[in-house]
Amino acid sequence: MADNQDYLKFMYSIIKGLNKTDLELSEKTELVADIGLSSLEVMEFIEQVEDEYDISIPLNILPDITTLGDFARKLNELNS
Amino acid sequence: MLFDKFKTMADFLAELESKDVKPFGAVTEKLLSSTQGIVNGQNVILAGTNNYLGLSYDARCIAASQEAAAKWGTGTTGSRVANGSFVGHQELESELAAFYGVDQAIAFTTGYAATMGMCATIAGPGDVILLDADSHASIYAGVQLSGADIIRFKHSDPDDLAKRLRRLGDRAKQTLIIAEGIYSMLGDIAPLQEIAAIKREHGAYLFVDEAHSMGVLGETGRGAAQAAGIEDDVDFLAGTFSKSLGATGGYCVSKHQILETIRFTIRSYIFTASTSPSVVASTRKALQIMRKEPQLRSKLWENANRLYTGLKVLGLPVGPTASPVVAVNLEDRNQAINCWNELMGAGVYVNLVVPPASPSTAFLLRNSVSAAHSTAQIDTIIAAYSNLVNAGLISTNKE
Repeated sequence: MADNQDYLKFMYSIIKGLNKTDLELSEKTELVADIGLSSLEVMEFIEQVEDEYDISIPLNILPDITTLGDFARKLNELNS
Repeated sequence: MLFDKFKTMADFLAELESKDVKPFGAVTEKLLSSTQGIVNGQNVILAGTNNYLGLSYDARCIAASQEAAAKWGTGTTGSRVANGSFVGHQELESELAAFYGVDQAIAFTTGYAATMGMCATIAGPGDVILLDADSHASIYAGVQLSGADIIRFKHSDPDDLAKRLRRLGDRAKQTLIIAEGIYSMLGDIAPLQEIAAIKREHGAYLFVDEAHSMGVLGETGRGAAQAAGIEDDVDFLAGTFSKSLGATGGYCVSKHQILETIRFTIRSYIFTASTSPSVVASTRKALQIMRKEPQLRSKLWENANRLYTGLKVLGLPVGPTASPVVAVNLEDRNQAINCWNELMGAGVYVNLVVPPASPSTAFLLRNSVSAAHSTAQIDTIIAAYSNLVNAGLISTNKE
């Protein structure tokens, strides 16, 4: 079973592949404000996470996700 | 500040104003026919009205509407739950149910209220809604109110739908799948046969919005589900009176008896005034005409194929299949705005669609075809686009 650190590690790898930022990524990094993902890029990002962990992420929880850490915690909840 | 969130829209509107372009505030000053009018002072072909069968200006529908207004007054002044129904409301619902071959139908005051209300009500907390990513705004608005878990599947992608249902396990049986017949922006038709097969396999429920396909597809005009031969798999089917039927309003029909119970739990049905008698009457007349005159549908498709082929031959980036919605897909915002303005100048009034109303980051010049368009009008529309191409104002696939 993956944990927070696994989720974060995978998300860092996706973001690095996007070449959108030189920021040092951490769980406090914000998807839109810091990385600059557009709404479409956010959806594509989520889809990659969904496919990696074979889950579907309800749209309802997206308003609660600002940082990568928020996202990792939600993934933990969904998989628990 | 409270109003800061409107700045992007304010800037965009100011930009259009500075260019003297009025795609969102166009005013029709006089209607010459269902396909020709005076808009912003110009005599134009109406090529963005969704008036698929041209029935908004049919003399028989107008007469029915006038007669009903004289007999029943101009409005109902209240909800059907509070004030009660007029007999016309019940007759309209009976005729809709008979048209679809089901027992249950509900008429709503607008199409938006129909899809929004149904999508907000059928599934609730603990249930799951799996909706097509390119669903109409009314569907998104509804599902957000439902309390259900909302999951999107890729637009018209049965494999993605199947994958997401599999992930749900036993919850698939508590899942409402939402798809449309013809998608309003690009005019593409949903793969309903595949979607229905997946629905059956997982024991889910299926809701289909036929707003742009009722009167357009199917042997008798019932829509994309009829055309795909999967009507038995559709649990709830919604549509509108404001397109093929040329009025205002919406409906939902179902084979499930429970729809009559659901009626009294739909907030957009309960807490709004019911459809005006004149609208009920013209809608009923339009439904009769649509059923008796399939040649309207034939003419619509003749026009749709002519416009789609004409624009495709020019090399314009149109949608994947011919349909009465023919959208030219442009990535460049200024190009789209300029082309819309040039088309107006050439006497062709189309829709300019900007994100997020368009399904991606693209800008659309959205044309909708009517059975009432003459062949000459369709050719004039094609010629106007051809002039844009020749003037180098629009990108083509040939470049």
